[in-house]
Formats: sequence, C-alpha cells, structure tokens
Amino acid sequence: MSLGPIDDLYREVILDHHRHPRGRQPLADPDVTAEGRNPSCGDEVTLQLNFDGDRISAVGVDARGCAISTSSGSMLADLIEGMTVAEAEKVADAFRGILHGGELPADLDLGDLEALQGVQKFPVRVKCAILPWVTMLDAIIAHKQGRAPRPVSTEGVNASGAPMDVNVKERDA
Amino acid sequence: MRSRHAAAERAAAGGLLRERFPILGRSVNGRPLVYLDSAATTQKPEAVIAAEAAYYRTSNANVHRGLHTLGDEATRLYEGCRSAVAGWLAVAPAQVSIQRSATAAINLVARGWDHHLKDGDAILVTEMEHHANFVPWQMLAARRKLELRVLPVTDGGELDLARLDDLLDGRVKIVAIGHVSNVLGTVNPVAEICGRARDVGALTLVDAAQSVGHRPLAFADTGADLLVFSAHKCYGPMGLGFLVGRPEVLAELEPLEGGGEMIEWVRLEGTTWAEVPHRFEAGTPNVAAAAAFPAAIALLEELGLADVRAHEQELTGYALEKLAALDGLVIFGPGDPARRGGLVSFHDPQVHPHDLSTILDQLGIAVRAGHHCAQPLHRRLGVVATTRASFGVYTARDEIDALVAGILEARKVFAP
Repeated sequence: MSLGPIDDLYREVILDHHRHPRGRQPLADPDVTAEGRNPSCGDEVTLQLNFDGDRISAVGVDARGCAISTSSGSMLADLIEGMTVAEAEKVADAFRGILHGGELPADLDLGDLEALQGVQKFPVRVKCAILPWVTMLDAIIAHKQGRAPRPVSTEGVNASGAPMDVNVKERDA
Repeated sequence: MRSRHAAAERAAAGGLLRERFPILGRSVNGRPLVYLDSAATTQKPEAVIAAEAAYYRTSNANVHRGLHTLGDEATRLYEGCRSAVAGWLAVAPAQVSIQRSATAAINLVARGWDHHLKDGDAILVTEMEHHANFVPWQMLAARRKLELRVLPVTDGGELDLARLDDLLDGRVKIVAIGHVSNVLGTVNPVAEICGRARDVGALTLVDAAQSVGHRPLAFADTGADLLVFSAHKCYGPMGLGFLVGRPEVLAELEPLEGGGEMIEWVRLEGTTWAEVPHRFEAGTPNVAAAAAFPAAIALLEELGLADVRAHEQELTGYALEKLAALDGLVIFGPGDPARRGGLVSFHDPQVHPHDLSTILDQLGIAVRAGHHCAQPLHRRLGVVATTRASFGVYTARDEIDALVAGILEARKVFAP
C-alpha cells in the first residue's frame, strides 16, 4: 500500500535520528537548561547549551515524544554544536520558513534537517518539528539576558493570531 | 438475548443508519472516511443538521421575551428540548437546566455550593476523571481551602473501591465521578458510590458525558444528586450541555452567572432570582442547538438504546480481540466489553501515538492521539499519550479492520 506523502514525512534519515538520537548525553555543567513542552500532545524536550564566547560549544538534547520531535531535536544537536549564536538563530529561522511552506535556502546547508521539509505537508505536525528549535531560541535569549529560561510551548496562537512558534522572540520584546 | 446478540452482530458488520450521517460519505486524503473518534464528538445525522438550519430559517427569535409569533415559536422549541431531555432521562422538565456544555454545568455546581462548605471539608474525585470533572474541583478546593481527595485506579483500569472506606468520611461534602471513562472505557458503579456518598451526607455529581445516549439510562439509575452531559457526544449539536438534578438539590444551588433570563425582579437595591432551572440560564442561550437536539434523541429512540448499547459492546469486543492480536500492543481498561463503553485506548511501543495518528489519517482513519484531557490518568498508566479508537452507532466492523491494517502499515514504516 502506498502511503503517499507519508513516505516523504518519515524518510529513512528521520527514522534513523528517531531511533538513535544524537546529543542525548546530558551536559555535566550546562550554562543554560531550557524546557519545551506541547501540553496538548505531550511532546517534551530538555535542551542544554554551553557557550564559549559567542559560540555554542556543547549541546545536550533529550526529546521525548513522536518521531518528528525527537528527530528534530537530534538534528539540532548535530547541527548547532560549534556554530555561533547568530548562525544557530539563522538556521532556526530558515527551518521555520521551510516548515511553513518555504523553499530550502540556497546559501545555508541544513544537513539532515532538510529531510524534515516533508512536515510542511502536515500542518498539525509543525509544532512537533519546531519545538526543540523554539526551546533553543528561548535558551539563547535567556542566556543573553542573564535570566532563567521559561518553559516554552509551540501550541496556540499569539496576540496577533500567528502560531506560537513564530514568535518566541517577540515574547521578550 | 440471543436474538439481540444476533441483531447486534449484524449491525456491527454494517453500522446502524449510516446513510443518515452525511459526513460519512466524504473522503479524507483520497480514502473513504473511517471515523473512529466518536468519544470526542459524534457525527451528526441529517435530521439534526436540518433542524438547526430550520430554526434559523423559520423561527429565529430570542426566547422568553418577545410577545410575537417568532418569539413564541423559539421559546416552544427551546422548552421542547428541555421536555425531551426530561422525558428521556425520566425526570420533570424543571429538573433539567440547559447549559452550553457539560463542562459549564460542572463549573456551575463547583461555584454554586459554597454556602454548604467550610474550611477543612473535602471533595472526592477519581483518578480517571476527564479534566472537566477534575479541574473545577481542584479550583474549588484551592479557593475554599478544601482537601481534594482522589480515588485511585487499579492496574486493571477500574476504580479501587477498596479505598473508598478510607477516603469517604464525614468530611467529604462533594463526590464527583465519571460514569464511563473517556480513556479506559470503564463503566463505574456510580449508583453504589453515590449511595455510599449519601450515607455520609455528601453531594454527588455524575459526569455522564460518555454514557447518556450510549446506553439505556434514567437519571435515577445513577443514584446521583446531579448529572451532567453534553449533546454533541450523543449525535446532537455542539454548544449544548445539560445539568439534571434532584429538585431539592437544584433549589440549593446558587446561580453562577447573573444577567437576563435568570431574574425575577431587579431593583436597584437587589434582585430576586427566577425559579429553577431558569435561574441557571443567564443570557441568550443556544436556541438553535436546543431546537435540534430532540432530533438526535428521536434517532436514538428509533434505534432503541438497548440496541445502541449492544452495538457498541459488540464493536468494542471485536476491537479488543483484533487489537490484542497485535504483538506488543498495550490495551488499557477492563478486558470484558460488558464492563466498558464503546472505545479502546492503546499504546504501541513501536509507533508513537502522533506518528500513528498521522499515518492513519493518510488512510482516511480518524482516531484521537494524546492525553484525551486526562493527564492524571495517563500519569497513572505510565504513558504520556495513548491512541484511542471510539465508536458510534454508524461504526461498522470493517472500520475496525481498517484500523488494524493501518496500525500494521505504521509499524512497517517504523520497522527497524
């Protein structure tokens, strides 16, 4: 039986990250630990970062939930370790754009993350894919501002009616 | 019984009155819709849809106000709903308050019993409650400094009645229990529990959202002081729920909302309330939904609730058998379909509920994945989320076969 777009959604690289998540090892002495939770579906992610100046020197991601959220968290750990904060934010923005129907950026190598492009055909699953990234953005903002991270969710809508995942940055504005 | 069983088996094969439910003719993702989410909301028969539209086309006016023909027709339709529900549950119309949902009805009670409560009193709920019958009591307990006690669930998915003696003492002033669990399917012995609650002087409320319209049920059968249910879970429209109660209890309940409709006399110095049940019905109600709900009751009466129940039980037994045959699948709740409502929740260690739900949706199959508004129960079960298949009168046995085939497809995707 052909499952059509399902084959696009659950590509082998995604299933591999789901089965063998990278960066699962908790950091011994994290600079910041952030929690993301989608209450209505139960996806949870604990994300830890260490910084070396402007650079993300170590990443720990423990994502518990569906294959989309766990693989996205695993890819995040793979991708952003060693990046500057600005680079990691750029990747998060690009990934969000893709999930909402945009094209892959020509000037940015998203690695395995490109495989999650199939999620754009499944609007109800965007919140699963973006959860680790929104959690990361909040962790970065918290680190910059010297405050404790706040639990984030990618469910619901913000004041302007946009999905929550668009606007974690605005929350602090 | 034998002939009922044979009839139920025939019905299970094809579903009952499927042709009356227009939505069942549509396709989803290129496949015929297989709707297995009736515990979230049932689909609506043409008669209900037509009645709601007819109200707006021909009789729309506000109720209990205008002294004109339309106002009179709207009022008759609205009060006709109250009478229909009253007749259905074998109570007097004055024992039925029309609310916007079962949740609203529970909140009304949780806010309206204050004058009977004092510091240190206790409320007893169960571990398997829907959030609608848990959070309002938790809020009341916090607001009034009461103790919230929770009757636990056994490993077999039933209430641990052995704990009832410990938990139900003279300090308990309110007992709130679900009749049929929306996750486990468990049918709780509400009459027994309500009887024991009455012995200690506690008010009893039964959340019958998963049982009214799914089995023969009179209000008196539950032994409760108060019962709530919603129309949309028994083939009626959304935006309509009911509070049904013993007259002497309703008379003691304070209204939650003030406004029009619920008053008798309003003076600058103060207001007197309308009689029960109108004092609980401030503001313009959902008259269109009320006008339509009797059509749902009529359909269920046409089928006969004993046959509706037999059909759901037959399907549940079939689903339990087929799902149990899937290697490794964990099924929650009692194993005997006679002790369950028409739903089955399960956990597949090979496929997360969201992934399963997405794959099933591609096959046109609608199931519920998540915590089903029962997080404390899921914590007890040791899982964050489950997948639930739930059945209605229109559900056919081959739809359960489609579900099982879909689970096998999902397992193929996730096979190592």
